Amino acid sequence: MAGISTKSARILVFSTEKISDPAIDMAGLLKLHYPPTVYTISVPCSSGIKPAWILHAFEKGFDGVFIAADGSDCTYGESCTVKTGRLVSMTHEIMKEKKLEPARLRMAAICSVCSEAFVKQIKSFNQYLLQMTQS
Amino acid sequence: MNRKLGVYICHCGGNISDYVDVEKVKAAVEHDEGVFLARTTMFACSDATQKEMVEDINANQLDGIVVASCSPKLHLTTFRAVAERAGLNKYNYVHANIREQVSWAHSDNKTGATEKAIHLVKSAIARVRLAESLDPITIPSRKAVAVIGAGISGMRAAIELADMGCPVTLIEREHFVGGRVAQWDLLFTTDQTGKELVTRLYDDIAKRSNIRLLTGAEVIENTGNIGDFTLKVKVTPRYINERCDEGNLQRAIDACPVEVPDDFNFNITTRKAIYHNFPSEYPQYPVIDIKNCTRCGECEKVCGSIDFSQQEKTVEVKAGSVLMATGFDPYNPSEGEFGYLQFDNVVTLPQFKRIIDMCEEKLTFRGKDIHNIAYIYCVGSRQVEAGASSAGGSATDRYEEASRDISGENRYCSRYCCTSVIHSAIETKKRFRAVNNYHFTRGIRTYGKQELLYNESLKMGDIYLQSYENDPPSVIRENGKTTVRINDIMTAGKEISVNADLIVLVTGMVPRSDNRIASLFKLPKGRDNFFNEIHMKLRPVETVIDGVTICGACQGPKNITESVNSSLSAATKSFSYVSKGELELEPIIARVDAALCTWCGKCMEACPFDAVKKVVDGGKEIAAINNSVCKGCGMCLPVCPVNAIDLVAYSDQEMETMINALAEDIK
Ligand SMILES: Cc1cc2nc3c(=O)[nH]c(=O)nc-3n(C[C@H](O)[C@H](O)[C@H](O)COP(=O)(O)OP(=O)(O)OC[C@H]3O[C@@H](n4cnc5c(N)ncnc54)[C@H](O)[C@@H]3O)c2cc1C
Ligand code: SF4
Ligand code: SF4
Repeated sequence: MAGISTKSARILVFSTEKISDPAIDMAGLLKLHYPPTVYTISVPCSSGIKPAWILHAFEKGFDGVFIAADGSDCTYGESCTVKTGRLVSMTHEIMKEKKLEPARLRMAAICSVCSEAFVKQIKSFNQYLLQMTQS
Repeated sequence: MNRKLGVYICHCGGNISDYVDVEKVKAAVEHDEGVFLARTTMFACSDATQKEMVEDINANQLDGIVVASCSPKLHLTTFRAVAERAGLNKYNYVHANIREQVSWAHSDNKTGATEKAIHLVKSAIARVRLAESLDPITIPSRKAVAVIGAGISGMRAAIELADMGCPVTLIEREHFVGGRVAQWDLLFTTDQTGKELVTRLYDDIAKRSNIRLLTGAEVIENTGNIGDFTLKVKVTPRYINERCDEGNLQRAIDACPVEVPDDFNFNITTRKAIYHNFPSEYPQYPVIDIKNCTRCGECEKVCGSIDFSQQEKTVEVKAGSVLMATGFDPYNPSEGEFGYLQFDNVVTLPQFKRIIDMCEEKLTFRGKDIHNIAYIYCVGSRQVEAGASSAGGSATDRYEEASRDISGENRYCSRYCCTSVIHSAIETKKRFRAVNNYHFTRGIRTYGKQELLYNESLKMGDIYLQSYENDPPSVIRENGKTTVRINDIMTAGKEISVNADLIVLVTGMVPRSDNRIASLFKLPKGRDNFFNEIHMKLRPVETVIDGVTICGACQGPKNITESVNSSLSAATKSFSYVSKGELELEPIIARVDAALCTWCGKCMEACPFDAVKKVVDGGKEIAAINNSVCKGCGMCLPVCPVNAIDLVAYSDQEMETMINALAEDIK
């Protein structure tokens, strides 16, 4: 992780094209700052994220993975919340088996205008990850 | 595998390059595997650069391109079109968002921003290397549009659509069309009346056989998607036969014992449970307001046209696109706000518009003659954070001061109100004798041609006072007299008091309080809580819900001209979704690896759209995806125990290679 400011953890965000992407874009528009080591990959829906992708991110050196979930706003239907929750707990189980701290994977519903919520979540996750890596 | 790639990094004027060192980004990626050329450009979206890209692709036989610029919401389609114009399949284009998610988000950290931009561009390059050429999926799109709300915006949009040859169902919740404009008499800036405008639009609608108008109609269910929406609409009857005898009807109205506040007049008058339309409302049939009717039967005794056997109906409306034009509510001040509902001579601007419409020779309110009118501007608009303004509000025996708290969530300017109040003040002065107008403003915003009205009012002798930003005027009742007092900027902070017979609170626009329709369609709201477009300038009437467009005042404060302009644009956009009878959708769908699948059925259970079926393939039971039903949500991916499903363009390989690029250390 050379060359990157040590003040921030490296976080991979899975966001969704229709719901949380607009919120993250708007955070930029509003100049609500968050650490630049937060990278977003967008997917159609948060309930379609494979645990393998998350594990791959940890393997490659990411400190944390954040799922900016569709929540009840998902355009693909109400089951999204439950299904996203399920894949997160499934991944948490695998992480425990692999001796990875499950708290390094976080999820929160981020609606299409939840820019402030996103930034708040990311900043607190960053704090947590920094403390964790220091201890 | 794409091997000859072009990469473009945009300055976006300085929006990107002021914070991201674009030359450094270029230098960091130009030797990446497959990159044949890398360029920086001032405006990637300009015609000239687009042309250059086409030439680059053709001259160098590029097979994939990346543009690092603003959000894909704005220009993904632009650059896909560039690829297509150069004869490349558009899925060989990959977008990197280095403005909203880099230069703007990290304008506080230029080094960090540049490093992040490098990572994002590298990850886009990694992805485009694996990109496949794809053919879009075509689905049928029903050539019909449902327009919700028959105010000025919805009516105008319906006419426009009908004239383009598109069948329209116009759905209005009230029993009458016209929306708010039916409630205003003389209008700025044309001096037409609301009645003239609504009559003309209603007649135009009646002439067109391809517009079906439903009044008393509310959408209660929405299923389907772009190209194929199915709406369930509950239609409440009028309980009066269409051919009714007007003479008897008046007797029936007189006989009705139920009296309720008349919301057409913003509750300053009452009406019966059975009532007639105002002249500006259509269709011109009376109606029984069944919510307030006690079914006492008095009206039935005197009028044969009353028909309580009429039943509520549910109508199914099918449409390829939905155009939302549900309008706004006037801001309703809380009790005591500048004396509203506390002093009997404090009204809102909408109420004042109704009062001047109803007065004939003399301007009176609650039996009293009105001469001095004080207008307090920006009530419910341009609100400030709690604590930023002084709240006021105190009382002794003969002295009462109203609250002048202007804190709240509505930070926006409602735009119409300065002009409307000045226009109404001019009309009042012209029509009634001995009227003096005192305007307590926070700075006038009569933009454009509307400034002429401001000029006219100054010439007529209206007095303008302006309060300091967080020091609004106070409304005081002392010895039965009402006074408005202000520290006036115009006279360098002098305290000025005006005795007022009537105080008009110039109330702004707010989103409709009953906005169930927003949750039915999952429409996102913006910062001001009105419906939100994708982009104010580039995609001003589209929403993130494919196939649903918005226009008029449901999108934010607008006057009639602005509402109609946006409604014409929404009509054109909605028409573009349905005009061809078919739509091209992204071919992003799930695909099953037949060799890996062991048919456990878990993906079928997970799919919310019934897109997965069991088939037998070479004697083996496997899952198969119905391509025209699959929406590409990916819900089936994480549940497969043997990892046999992928989403096109989101394969494991593509995701992992992107993650690798983001995780790589930058030298
Ligand atoms: C006091 C005042 C004076 C004004 N004077 C002027 C003026 O002089 N000149 C000018 O240019 N502008 C004026 N305006 C602005 C003007 O009123 C608006 O620009 C205009 O009303 C916007 O039209 P609309 O169709 O978007 O919304 P609306 O007029 O609000 O109409 C929306 C329609 O949708 C219907 N609806 C709502 N929800 C549903 C639902 N769920 N299902 C079905 N139907 C629904 C409503 O019943 C209504 O009929 C004034 C505004 C105010 C408050
Ligand atoms: S238009 Fe005028 S009165 Fe209305 S909110 Fe804006 S500044 Fe205030
Ligand atoms: S979940 Fe996987 S194994 Fe099971 S049927 Fe679906 S594709 Fe086949």
